[in-house]
Amino acid sequence: MNIGLEQLGRRGMMFVRKIGGLSMLSVQFVNSLKKLHRSIPLVFEQLYYLGVRSLPLIIIISVFVGAVSAWQAAYQFKFIGAPLRLLGQAVGKAVVIELAPVLSAIVFAGRVGAGITAELGTMRVTEQIDALESMGISPVRYLVLPRVIACLFMVPFLVVFANFIAIMGALIVAVNGVAISSETFLNGFKNSFEFQDLFNGLIKASVFGYIIGIVGCYEGFNAKGGASGVGQATTAAVVISSVLILIFNFIFAVILFRI
Amino acid sequence: MADRFLELHQIKKSFGRQTILNNLNLTVNRGDAVVIIGKSGEGKSVLLKHLIKLITPDEGEVRIEGENILQMDFNELSIVRRRFGMLFQSAALFDSMTVAENVGLGLKESRTYSKDVIDNIVMEKLSMVNLADAADKMPSELSGGMRKRAGLARAIAHSPEIMLYDEPTTGLDPITADMINNLIVNLNDRLNVTSVTVTHDMKSAFKIADRIVMLYQGKVAFDGSVEEVKNTTNAMVKQFITGSSEGPITE
Ligand SMILES: Nc1ncnc2c1ncn2[C@@H]1O[C@H](COP(=O)(O)OP(=O)(O)O)[C@@H](O)[C@H]1O
Ligand SMILES: [Mg+2]
Repeated sequence: MNIGLEQLGRRGMMFVRKIGGLSMLSVQFVNSLKKLHRSIPLVFEQLYYLGVRSLPLIIIISVFVGAVSAWQAAYQFKFIGAPLRLLGQAVGKAVVIELAPVLSAIVFAGRVGAGITAELGTMRVTEQIDALESMGISPVRYLVLPRVIACLFMVPFLVVFANFIAIMGALIVAVNGVAISSETFLNGFKNSFEFQDLFNGLIKASVFGYIIGIVGCYEGFNAKGGASGVGQATTAAVVISSVLILIFNFIFAVILFRI
Repeated sequence: MADRFLELHQIKKSFGRQTILNNLNLTVNRGDAVVIIGKSGEGKSVLLKHLIKLITPDEGEVRIEGENILQMDFNELSIVRRRFGMLFQSAALFDSMTVAENVGLGLKESRTYSKDVIDNIVMEKLSMVNLADAADKMPSELSGGMRKRAGLARAIAHSPEIMLYDEPTTGLDPITADMINNLIVNLNDRLNVTSVTVTHDMKSAFKIADRIVMLYQGKVAFDGSVEEVKNTTNAMVKQFITGSSEGPITE
């Protein structure tokens, strides 16, 4: 019992320290924006490296996310006797508001966030970050800034694709599996589509991108003790950014969609 | 009074429960070639990193020309750091860049030289360490000794006033080691570079040093000229320079 409490206390302390560290790195990130012009080539390098190369994976998961949401919605509609012409509306809203931003972000955290932590963590334990500092180069400007900016822009960019592809996936299921016409499905989607939803989804996506970038960099910078330490940091980065994404997603829902 | 260029003043540093540096004091005068000896794990690398605040002490002050670098903001500190060149024990090459890019990075980021000038300086420094042929290789393609030399070329790329060498000859064959020793001596004598070198290669220490400092249990246990080291009656220093497994250090 006592030991349990102590452990809980230690975990709590660690959590508080992490939040403190993340906030501090965020402040340093914002300060480094003043020197953004010096890191433009690095930003483009990262945009390509982190973002464009994630596109194939995002496309694959989006097809199936769209497909399964059409299938499940149709299944529920049958249960409650809702008219199938509303399928496009229901699936469209779910995809644009929640599914595309959240799932793209989680996938991005697993692929890109983990990659950032592994790279920076390796640089930390092999003293490459010390070497940068020893040359009077700011590791925040040189390493964190380009990666966080790239994530910030890349997640919304990918979500635009994810939206489109997921709706296509849903359409395929609607036509072939549920037997409603593509016109009916797309009309339902169009009639309910609001630009505001898309916009909110993209804002959310860039916040998620920021979380992935800053957590990935933070965990990498604080990696300790060789390969196993880098491994632990990488796992921590994915877990922490995924949890934060879901927490912030809920906060967005409460703020943006008043019941 | 001698010109106190660099000073570690009452430095205390622990990692967890392990105290590494315990009220350590060290002064380096301008133009000095100080060599720090001491057994593995004694805290030599930790000491060296304190000089440019890559490690922050728990207590004490780190001064350059009398100014405490621990109180500087990041920009001031960066300016101070650019006066130094540091060779890391592990070389710490950027593994995403070629050897030439490694050597040129500091120059490129300082934005004072054109690309052509940088390319020339890079090739010049690589030639100084006999590595011109490896300019376009990636660090992963180099042997340990080559990495060390590439790290050295990177450290001297911007012609710093002060050099910090962490085991510059470890892992090198005796001939290359001698070449590196000569390079270090030349920088000190001809360009009046101040240097602090960590090593346990006593041959190299005797060749490079004006002053030899022995680190033991978190403190400076001995501080003297090469002659004084050679003629010392200090049993600890004697044991270390003769490389004996029996003596006060191992008791
Ligand atoms: N970043 C660090 N975290 C924890 N312990 C460290 C760290 N750096 C060095 N140490 C410990 O400090 C001691 C001295 O290390 P070091 O200065 O590298 O020794 P050496 O004299 O061989 O260069 C060692 O016991 C090492 O394990
Ligand atoms: Mg060492």
